[in-house]
Amino acid sequence: MTDTTIKKEIKKQDFSQMEPIVKYEDIHKAFGDVEVLKGINLDIRPGEKVALIGPSGSGKTTIIRMLMTLEEPTSGEIIVDGKNLWHMEKNGQLVPANEKHLRAVRGNIGMVFQHFNLFPHMTILENCMTAPIHVQKESKASAKQRSIEMLEKVGLGDKLDNYPNQLSGGQKQRVAMARALVMRPKIMLFDEVTSALDPELVGEVLEVIRDIAREGEMAMVLVTHEMEFAQEIADRIVFLDNGVIAEEGSPSEVLEHSKNERLASFLSRFRS
Amino acid sequence: MNTITEVFPVLLKGMNITIIVLVLSAALGYLFAFIAGLCRLSNNVFLRKFTGVYVEVFRGTSLIVQLFWFYYAIPMLFNINLGNDLLAGVLAIALNYGAYMSEVVRGSILSVANGQTEAATALNMNRFQKMRLVILPQAIKMMLPEFGNYLIQMLKATSLVSLIGMTDILYHGNLLRSSELSMAPTIYFLVLVFYFILALPLIFLTRKMESISKKGVASQ
Repeated sequence: MTDTTIKKEIKKQDFSQMEPIVKYEDIHKAFGDVEVLKGINLDIRPGEKVALIGPSGSGKTTIIRMLMTLEEPTSGEIIVDGKNLWHMEKNGQLVPANEKHLRAVRGNIGMVFQHFNLFPHMTILENCMTAPIHVQKESKASAKQRSIEMLEKVGLGDKLDNYPNQLSGGQKQRVAMARALVMRPKIMLFDEVTSALDPELVGEVLEVIRDIAREGEMAMVLVTHEMEFAQEIADRIVFLDNGVIAEEGSPSEVLEHSKNERLASFLSRFRS
Repeated sequence: MNTITEVFPVLLKGMNITIIVLVLSAALGYLFAFIAGLCRLSNNVFLRKFTGVYVEVFRGTSLIVQLFWFYYAIPMLFNINLGNDLLAGVLAIALNYGAYMSEVVRGSILSVANGQTEAATALNMNRFQKMRLVILPQAIKMMLPEFGNYLIQMLKATSLVSLIGMTDILYHGNLLRSSELSMAPTIYFLVLVFYFILALPLIFLTRKMESISKKGVASQ
């Protein structure tokens, strides 16, 4: 069996019957007077790969940042693994979540950022092993070993003791992915992870994401402008426009057979 | 030439007091700076306001007046005996420079790039871990050059303790001048030389810290 057939098998999996691991329920988000998200309802199922596309300013990044608890919704609920993310129960009443609650619920979520956000004062090995040791209370030996394995997997086994400023953008982004992966998240968020890279470095980063997707166990939400890549790995593509989900479905439904005019004009910019 | 050899050993007697006051004031000053700097970033409104008042009062009034307060006024007003002149001197210098340096601590912490906190959140660190593992190691590097500059300033400020009767370099110089007025130019020239020689290693230290602080920091 070749790689492509394996990939297709994974892709054809039907997620619609599964219980969602993440549910967005009527999420609104305003920054000052500007309403960025105007009622988002979105389900993500375990192992599902979802690509969020849309014009800049459409709120794609805000959607995943709220899931990572970096941004608080103005109204609505996000349910992660059956637990309310931004609210908790106290004396039978729903009150805003405190830090302890947020930490308990977001433990299964990992994120990779557009600008890598590596810790510049740590070697790349330390970047990867710090959180497993301090947050997940893993033993140092085991965290180190798993971090080395993960860095080898992303092709950086020979750079363990280098500092981030000694790496190229593509290498930094691969470290950032390794750092998120050693935490063994059930949900991985990718926020335009290739947008800050020189064009010739995009490929190596997409290759790593492709590898992760192929393993198939993690749910992945990708905010991306790489349409071909989204088509290749996503089970579902969600098109955001003006703060609402304007179109959603399988890659072929959304990218090839949609009748949405805004989507057509958005996509035409990528097909020259 | 004669006068120099005469003045030198007299001033040398004050060296240890100057150094002791500097070391204690610096240690305590950095401590106050961190406490106040972190308090000003706290979520607790009371703590923020309280330290805000401390910082502004100590920055907004003169060190020498504060010194006299600690040495003369407070013991009399509240009947608290600070015990000795060393404690009064060190407290005044440390609280004064601690107030200035707390702004350095606060500013450095705030200037660590926001993405660093976000990455730490994405790794599910708690507030304390974010601060200890991610923010402070970078912020401290940014503080170092400023801390060095303030250390040099603190060295010069220690000369004020001669005014509350502590026998530092300047005190011995003044004492000698009051008996031998003609020596005044030599005495005060040598006093300058003494302070400058003490400052030299601190100047080099500050340079060194500047080069350290340029590495390994993600700032905004």
